Amino acid sequence: MNATVTGADPRSRLLPQGLGRTIDVLTVLAMGALVVFGLVIAPPDRFQGDAQRIMYLHVPAAWAMYLAFFVTTLASVLWLVPRTRSMVWDRVAGSSAEIGLILTGLTLVLGSLWGRPVWGVWWAWDARLVTTAVLFFLYLGLLALRAIPADPTVRARRSAITALIVFIDVPIVHFSVNWWRTLHQEATVFNPELDPQIEGVMALTLWIGVLAFTLLYLSLLDHRYRLATLEEGLADRELDAAIEARVAAASGSAS
Amino acid sequence: MNLLAEVRLVAAKDLRIEARSRVLLAQVLPFGAIVVLLFAFALDPDRGVLARVAPGLFWIAVLLAALLAIGRAFAVEQAHGARDGLRLAGLDPASVFLGKAAAIVVQLLALEVVLGLAVVALYGVDLRGGAVLLATSVAATLGLASTGTLYGVLAAGLRARETLLPLLLLPVLAPVMLGATRAFEDALDGATADAWPWVALLVVFALLYTGVGMLAFGPLWEDA
Repeated sequence: MNATVTGADPRSRLLPQGLGRTIDVLTVLAMGALVVFGLVIAPPDRFQGDAQRIMYLHVPAAWAMYLAFFVTTLASVLWLVPRTRSMVWDRVAGSSAEIGLILTGLTLVLGSLWGRPVWGVWWAWDARLVTTAVLFFLYLGLLALRAIPADPTVRARRSAITALIVFIDVPIVHFSVNWWRTLHQEATVFNPELDPQIEGVMALTLWIGVLAFTLLYLSLLDHRYRLATLEEGLADRELDAAIEARVAAASGSAS
Repeated sequence: MNLLAEVRLVAAKDLRIEARSRVLLAQVLPFGAIVVLLFAFALDPDRGVLARVAPGLFWIAVLLAALLAIGRAFAVEQAHGARDGLRLAGLDPASVFLGKAAAIVVQLLALEVVLGLAVVALYGVDLRGGAVLLATSVAATLGLASTGTLYGVLAAGLRARETLLPLLLLPVLAPVMLGATRAFEDALDGATADAWPWVALLVVFALLYTGVGMLAFGPLWEDA
């Protein structure tokens, strides 16, 4: 139980400070552009009306969600491989899973808000909806496990293994639910031919959204990572203080 | 000692504990039975709904009972330093994993037979497609036991294990629940050809997580 050995330098960051700042600024700019394009410049959809504008958030959020969970998996593998094992990867995996879970929730809520006017229902038992809902609970479990205090190495090991168990399950869930039922609109931008079926300003707006959410993800990951190092630093400091107090109390009573 | 002998040793140990303590027989099985009974309160038995949704209800009852059985499989290692004893026995962690999973499989299959008979009798189900039912049960139970053993050891050392285990396990088991229910429905409808792809899915799930379990059990077992 050598908790102090893994304690990070509280000043350590995932990205160099300058790069992190630049990403923060770019995120704000891209989000501003998304607001202008999504609400003003892009025309309302011929069939779905203004409700279709939700897609400019829903699709990018779903994309960033997959990105976040992919990074979690990758970081977990890097932690498990002895040659690349480092607490950096544990922090990245945890931070990315947290952001991914928020994006999953956002994707579900936005999809529901869109579904009400367009499909006429808040929720449909469609393959991709069900898969996303299961995905939400899979990663909720992973974060619940991560939240349980333990020796950092033990916690990192079981979190990384759980992340892989969960990741293996995703295609099986997807496949089985797809067999079960399918109603969802075919993927428009990321369809198998990678040939977007929407044109002009609407497609541009969607791409701005994807860019904005990718930047947002990177920015959040950088900040959450720094928060994780600060939390570890605080735990170490509290431990040191407690040991010091105990030593002082012992020497006080001895004299 | 070869792998198979070690697996048999661990499985026999767990089954012997069950034979002497009868926790599954006296507690988990009645729990499953009362769940089967409660479904009839939720879904009015007079409207013929029960027979139609019997496969799903059966698998939910099995799933809930399995959570208890899995918790029990690791609770028995808790007392008297049994876990340390098993760790020091010099067995391959993969065979400890397979042995514990095998014991869970045997117990769950027995449970499924009894609960299945209860469902047939109480919900008025016409039994058909026996081969599919058997294959589905075996494949689904293997999947349940492999993921259950894996998460069981993961949660074993944790204070919040009783609440964490279902949260971790149920979403992962969603495909098993879905596949087993659909296969049972197809079998009871006489559409056995539709059922086999679901059985194949269950087999793939079971094999995948048995493989992961054999690899991951060692490090988790050391930490537990």
